[in-house]
Amino acid sequence: MEAMYAFFMDKAGMGQAGAHVTVAAIMATLMFIVMALCALVFTWMERKVAAFLQSRWGPMRTGRWQGWAQAVADMLKILGKEDIIPAEADKALFIFAPLLVLLGSLLAWAAIPWAPGFVAADLDLGLFYIFAVSSMVIIGILMAGWASNNKWALYGAARGAAQMVSYEIPLALAAIPVVMYTGSLNTQDIVIAQQGGIWNWFIFRNPFLFVSFFLYFVASIAETNRGPFDMPETESELVAGYHTEYTGMRFAFFFLSEYANLFLVSMIAVLLFLGGWWAPIPGLDFLPAALTFVIKGVLMVFLNMWVRWTLPRVRVDQLMHLCWKVMIPAALICTVGAGLWMMASGAAG
Amino acid sequence: MTNNLPVGAVDVGVTGHFATVLVFVLVGFAFAGLALGVAKLLRPSAPNPNKLTTYECGELPRGSSWVRFNVRFYLIALFFIVFDVEIIFLFPWAVVFKQLYPVPGLGAVVFWEMVIFLSILSLGLAYVWVKGDLDWVKKLIERPGGTDQAAVPADEEVTAP
Repeated sequence: MEAMYAFFMDKAGMGQAGAHVTVAAIMATLMFIVMALCALVFTWMERKVAAFLQSRWGPMRTGRWQGWAQAVADMLKILGKEDIIPAEADKALFIFAPLLVLLGSLLAWAAIPWAPGFVAADLDLGLFYIFAVSSMVIIGILMAGWASNNKWALYGAARGAAQMVSYEIPLALAAIPVVMYTGSLNTQDIVIAQQGGIWNWFIFRNPFLFVSFFLYFVASIAETNRGPFDMPETESELVAGYHTEYTGMRFAFFFLSEYANLFLVSMIAVLLFLGGWWAPIPGLDFLPAALTFVIKGVLMVFLNMWVRWTLPRVRVDQLMHLCWKVMIPAALICTVGAGLWMMASGAAG
Repeated sequence: MTNNLPVGAVDVGVTGHFATVLVFVLVGFAFAGLALGVAKLLRPSAPNPNKLTTYECGELPRGSSWVRFNVRFYLIALFFIVFDVEIIFLFPWAVVFKQLYPVPGLGAVVFWEMVIFLSILSLGLAYVWVKGDLDWVKKLIERPGGTDQAAVPADEEVTAP
């Protein structure tokens, strides 16, 4: 980042503002490309992981090795699909909803600290900002379901909104003990506070943070609408949920955003609890910081897929029960417990 | 601003960082527009009235889906607002807690104030819990004289969402 600033200010002779906007545009482009790559890699990975867990092969033909080009072929197919906007739909909202969903995913990526100093927007409110902008996805989903004027879509969207707003509470509450330990919402500060090997990661700092990690993990699965919490898209009862009426590129935006959010929540789990870019043991220090961070993120994504293809889908009443009667009380106890632990263990906490 | 910037780094301030966010918004729209534009060049377009009907598994759609839907979603939204506001109050407290808890005299006050705040909120949660508003499947109210409604089990009576 600093090298880029220096290049644009000294070599290209731009002012500070010009250099800043240029660097921001480059970072945004980079994030968008990484997001698109995510969707490609993770759709293939999801199918292979699912196949592996169910003792079958998964895609094997497209490309030569293990059907690696399947996702690329799917993307090309989507580009050639006819764009259908139902006559009964609310056209303006129907067109705007996928854009909002996509934007909600992309914006949250701005505050992800990939490596020391390498973060597009080094916001003091970083974590809070991520939670805030990723809520835009909920509005997009509700908008898509309502604008489609389709019963399946409306049911899917209403379920999705209820589920996502409910699980946002344990998700944010689980992050509170981490913020208490760090004393900052800046995402880089949170990672820096976990320096020094695996035992300094927040997940192992005290029992309450350990529980918080699992609360966060479960809530993040529900936030991304993935199994066993995929009520908004239950293909056996709601066709495809809120994006039933979407075709071609507009459907691809929902799809892209879903996998971008999957990686996003995994990266947030890594930066909050699993030491961000720090290597777990001293021997792994030679890896670049960003690579360590991405490897941890991909491992979290794998864990997420493992859960999805292992557990059966829960019912909607079980889902709400889990959130309001188990996870929210547990998260409140964790917050108070982490505070007590800090006070009891003194300033060294 | 963080204090861990390398020497010589540009300090752009809060406005600068949110300018980055604005650039992200613009770039996001630009790429979405680009993708839609490329797709527009490649894809066929042959709409007909049947294709543009609302999808209802091949049946002709019956009525609009813009109807009133179940009140339980409204209840969830209400609880959500209360707890979300609570979280907004918790974040600033969590940020300053690390600085304040070692201060003699002040630390305990800071901690117990938040415990009291959370207890009041938990009391609210306990209230809606006891009232049964957290249950997704609502109990049927027995109507006078109507034996057949009351005979239907609660989970069969509920509508799809």
